[in-house]
Amino acid sequence: MADHLLEVKDLSVEFHTAAGTVKAVQNVSWHLDRGETLAILGESGSGKSVSASAVMNLIDMPPGKITSGTILLDGRDMLKMTPEERRAINGAKIAMIFQDPLAHLNPVYQVGWQIAEMMTTHGESAENAKSRARDLLKRVGIPDPDAAMRKYPFQFSGGQRQRLMIAMALACKPDILIADEPTTALDVTIQAQVLALLDELQQETGMGMLLITHDLGVVAEIADRVVVMNAGNIVETGDAAEVYRNPKHAYTRKLIDAAPGKGEMPDERDRSGAPLLRAVGLEKNYGAFQALKGVDLTIMPGETVAVVGESGSGKSTLARAILRLDDPDSGKVLYNDRDLLTISDKELFGLRRDLQMVFQDPTQSLNPRMTVFQLISEAWVIHPSILPKPQWKERVAELLVKVGLRPEMASRYPHQFSGGQRQRIAIARALAMEPKLIVCDEAVSALDVSIQAQVIELLDGLRREFGLSYLFIAHDLPVVRDFADRVIVMRAGEIVEEGPVRQIFEAPRQPYTQALLAASLDPDPVVQAARRDARQQQKGLMPA
Amino acid sequence: MRSFLGKRAIASGVSLLGLIVLVFFLSRLTGDPTNLYLPLDASTEAREQFREMHGFNDPLIVQFGRYVADLAQLNFGQSLRQARPAMEVVIEAFGWTLCLAAVTMTIVTVSAIVIGSLAAFRVGGIFDRMATFFSLVGASAPDFWLAIVAIVIFAVNLHWLPTSGTGSVAHWILPVSVLFIRPFGLILQVVRGSMINVLSSAYVKTARAKGVRSRSIIFVHGLRNAMLPVITVIGDQAASILNGAVVVETVFGFPGIGKLMIDSILLRDFTVVLAVIMVSALAIFIMNLLIDLAYAMLDPRIRY
Repeated sequence: MADHLLEVKDLSVEFHTAAGTVKAVQNVSWHLDRGETLAILGESGSGKSVSASAVMNLIDMPPGKITSGTILLDGRDMLKMTPEERRAINGAKIAMIFQDPLAHLNPVYQVGWQIAEMMTTHGESAENAKSRARDLLKRVGIPDPDAAMRKYPFQFSGGQRQRLMIAMALACKPDILIADEPTTALDVTIQAQVLALLDELQQETGMGMLLITHDLGVVAEIADRVVVMNAGNIVETGDAAEVYRNPKHAYTRKLIDAAPGKGEMPDERDRSGAPLLRAVGLEKNYGAFQALKGVDLTIMPGETVAVVGESGSGKSTLARAILRLDDPDSGKVLYNDRDLLTISDKELFGLRRDLQMVFQDPTQSLNPRMTVFQLISEAWVIHPSILPKPQWKERVAELLVKVGLRPEMASRYPHQFSGGQRQRIAIARALAMEPKLIVCDEAVSALDVSIQAQVIELLDGLRREFGLSYLFIAHDLPVVRDFADRVIVMRAGEIVEEGPVRQIFEAPRQPYTQALLAASLDPDPVVQAARRDARQQQKGLMPA
Repeated sequence: MRSFLGKRAIASGVSLLGLIVLVFFLSRLTGDPTNLYLPLDASTEAREQFREMHGFNDPLIVQFGRYVADLAQLNFGQSLRQARPAMEVVIEAFGWTLCLAAVTMTIVTVSAIVIGSLAAFRVGGIFDRMATFFSLVGASAPDFWLAIVAIVIFAVNLHWLPTSGTGSVAHWILPVSVLFIRPFGLILQVVRGSMINVLSSAYVKTARAKGVRSRSIIFVHGLRNAMLPVITVIGDQAASILNGAVVVETVFGFPGIGKLMIDSILLRDFTVVLAVIMVSALAIFIMNLLIDLAYAMLDPRIRY
């Protein structure tokens, strides 16, 4: 009898690329037992997914190469098995779910077929597979399983798609489920439901669960033990609560300290005086879909207003409507007593420089064929009155220093930077216009927590220095808590609740705000366990 | 769906009308057919009589009006050269071309998909090298040269195959083979590229994690997704053969629409030229419709 259900020992994986050999993981060891949940925690590039890919035989070789180690499943070394033996294990004994369920489900086949295929591939008859697929859909909470069998992935919501993936993964009753960032793309309330479902199913089946995540909150919610990875190495491993309480390694401490949601919330600001920008009764329809149903909003000079909400709440539409990147159907956006929605194009052009935007994904929002100097100085090409040409070079250098980069980076291209650095470039570009208001549409959502904390700090410093206002669109409540003065909660195109940040977080009035806050995960496993118990009790009290 | 069909038909009808006007007047610029049909020493009276009989003496606009009026009654006019209804001549030739296109494209599609998919599965492997080689040859060898070389080798020197005509299966081998090469290379490359994309997609990763067999990953999970761009190219290539593989049909004396078109233009058989254009246009319209339907069939996200 083997010591553990699954054991990875001294695993090292390299990738040979044109730029040289990358050591993805080095001498990584961990193990997983029946009925337990092990989390591998790490930021992007830490190699947290690599050992799981090795277990599933998903590493393309070449360019990948396993240079050392063993992977023992019930005591047998998987790396010595034939490809056919490995194939037979995938899905049947070890199943896997992924981050983006829409991309990971085949778009052109019915979901019933895709779930049944898991079973027919491993020898089940088509008829049995189909009937079990229906039962599974019911078990994971898909409404009307019979109709759902014949639907395609695009016809489900994000949370339902992840439920479909889970149903598929569990079809052959695997001993091990590997979940690679299973809730990262989901809204908080949906995330809580999916994690609860995984927890329930684990208790039902007794399977071992390997969870790969960057999110301390997810670890706190569901993991028994945690492995912390940085730059291809395991820096710390242990009981999840213990690691959070007494992190031994400096990197783990840094990660825990960077987790947002712990800072002091500012006191309520004085909101008398002239607002910087005021939106009144904004409405926007896409066909029959009402994205905005009459939204009002006021931003004072030097104020950070956060708009929070889940996907489809209309928060991004609101940002785009205010900047006239999308023309709203009705309403007013008053800036300097002028309605941005009705002024002439020429006048709007003059006002554009006051209102800038930083987008979610700097990889897409920065032109890859322009140098950093060109990207930043383009502002002055368009608005020459801001700065005479001889001073461009000096000012670009200044701005780069301001956002924490070095002046000599001006000659580089966006792809030569990391994600966090690119977002800094995007911020420098916005600052080049010397704006009064910066609209940040999920500007830090794609960044690792440690980078996220740095970017937030940068934005905060700039606010104090230049008296900037921010309209901060986000789905991540802890970040909002640390950064915003005022919070607007949106749902289905309407404002549910609005107030100073302290009131929203400490005394939310609306049930929806309360639900959002309750679903948000705390990085502390003890706090999270208490919340979980409270939820369970509440569930017990509620009539069935 | 119905409104989609209607819009398509109207748009195509309008452009067809424009085309008819253009071709009607432009073809008249090539000269007087009388000089081609009557002997060189024909008398002036005979020439005049010929023109009178076929209405070439009337002003062009009157001729056009008469043509359109006949067209409205589905009367496409008489072929000057063959002295029978133009449409009859065209449909006969079109039947041959349709057969040629169908046979060629079936062979092309099946072989390009199989070899292209396997090439994409093992980039750099034997199928991949074959794919690259054939597509390079296909793209670079001009078909008139290939056709003549093929005749010299297989018909003239080796006596294995006939040079021209349509009598037996043997007659079809050379034209089909020569027509095969270019679309095969092209479609092969599109299949390969599309398949490489699809095989690196997230849902193929899922299939591998499910333990699905390689064959099924390629031909079930991969192929259906990879087919969308391929279908466009298949339709395009099929349309170009349907439109008349002029060179190949001429070199092999194949009685298809391409050869008919060339002969009719040379002999100023205007009614036949116009009828060929209308039939080709209709064929392309139907072809495009089939492509759109195939899209919707393969991808449930596409609905009209």
